[in-house]
Amino acid sequence: MPNQVPIHEGLFTWPSAKPQLLGSRCVDCAETAFPAQPDCRNCGSRETKIVELGDRGTLWTWTIQTFMPKAPYNSDETAETFQPYGVGYVEMPGGVRIESRLLPNKPEDLQIGMPMQLDIIPFRTDENGDQIMTFRFSPVKEA
Amino acid sequence: MDVAIIGIGLHRFGRSPDLSGMQQGASAVRNALADAGLSWKDMQFAYGGSQDAGNADALVNELGLTGLQFTNIWNGCATGGSSLHAAYSAIKSGEYDVGVVVGFDKHPRGAFNPKPADWGIDEWYGETGMMLTTQFFALKTQRYMHEHGITEESLIRVSEKAFKNGSLTPTAWRQQALSYDEIANSAMISDPLRKYMFCSPAEGGAALIICNADKAHLYSSKPLFLKTAAVRTRHYGSFEVFAPSQAMTVADASTVTASKAAFEQAGIGPEDIDVMQLQDTDSGTEIIHMAENGFCEHGEQEKLLRDGATGINGSMPINTDGGCLANGEPVGASGLRQVYEICVQLRGEGGARQVPNNPKVGYTHVYGAPGLSGVNIISK
Repeated sequence: MPNQVPIHEGLFTWPSAKPQLLGSRCVDCAETAFPAQPDCRNCGSRETKIVELGDRGTLWTWTIQTFMPKAPYNSDETAETFQPYGVGYVEMPGGVRIESRLLPNKPEDLQIGMPMQLDIIPFRTDENGDQIMTFRFSPVKEA
Repeated sequence: MDVAIIGIGLHRFGRSPDLSGMQQGASAVRNALADAGLSWKDMQFAYGGSQDAGNADALVNELGLTGLQFTNIWNGCATGGSSLHAAYSAIKSGEYDVGVVVGFDKHPRGAFNPKPADWGIDEWYGETGMMLTTQFFALKTQRYMHEHGITEESLIRVSEKAFKNGSLTPTAWRQQALSYDEIANSAMISDPLRKYMFCSPAEGGAALIICNADKAHLYSSKPLFLKTAAVRTRHYGSFEVFAPSQAMTVADASTVTASKAAFEQAGIGPEDIDVMQLQDTDSGTEIIHMAENGFCEHGEQEKLLRDGATGINGSMPINTDGGCLANGEPVGASGLRQVYEICVQLRGEGGARQVPNNPKVGYTHVYGAPGLSGVNIISK
């Protein structure tokens, strides 16, 4: 099993059996930010605290990235192996809408308002052989 | 003190393989000076900007080392709007009587690829493929269509109008009209926006000669007046480009505040505007900007577009030269190309694309990353 490293510290709880996205909430005005930041861009307060934002939400808007982005895009893909991916904003119970890659990459599989769940997935392998992990949402699977 | 526009110049947008971006900027300045009947040594100050083609003040190497004050402006896609605002303020303050505003650029083919660090964002956001302007405009358009009942038909009609107007504009990059079906069947780039619904990064230059209105008669028999120039940035909660998250309560976009400020400063309203340029990085965004600038209600665009209201002979002509869709977007120059076209229309020099009935008041709006808007109102 390769070593799994988050793409950036503090975006989500890791390692974890049930990972959550992490954000910050302003102590003064209660607005929530993602990624977490030490100050509040709503009221300017310097007092914020790290909060868990949940692992489920609803899709607020979406699109599909059909062409491979130029750098700084940094995946293991080549022009030949690139697969289109969904991108959307997911409304979280923690009180913020998060931009995320989405698993579905066909318009018929995406609809505003659909319930979504968080996955932490390997995004690429770095030069040390470590798996670089990022977050992605997929439609909630029926029980 | 009022501010006049006494000279306008363009270096044709598109591709100029034999010229640097800087040379295209110099070409635009020479054209504007010739239009005003002035020379470079008459210029007391300059404001200019470019994203990818170098520092604007290096233009003195092309135009002459006259010692003038030359300030570089960089404000994303709103660079032209911000440059013009700076020149407007320089005249209003009384410090200077006459100067030049210039924008130019030369971008490689394909979508822009901004660096996250330049925008205060960590690298992961770009590495995982979320820092694309095309994506943002698609995400905003998708949500807007859902909330306001706009259909794909409207997206197609905006493009159809843009390329038709481009076909009537000798300086446009894209001069071939496209049919409804050609647009409707073009490749899907970023749902719901297709290939012919996006503008492309391009090359070109645009320049304006600005002067104290009290002295305009010394230089020009056909001065126009810059009634106001307003630039505003985003609010907390407005839905903007390059945002890893959005607040739950959506606030007015920077365009709404810039537009309101401009109308208030000019003492007129949207109903007084005869011809307008609204930022059309893509057809969805032109639709959204119609309402954000106060020219219609949200959702009303579907009917207006079906009725041809935004065409050259319509009740609210928008992007009469084909806008960004038909001219491409050299970022530094784009906002000034909008002003150039409004001046052409107010002078009655639009030829095949001239708006009828002697338009008297024009409006320009530019939007740029990471959420700022510039609005100008120009009158006879």
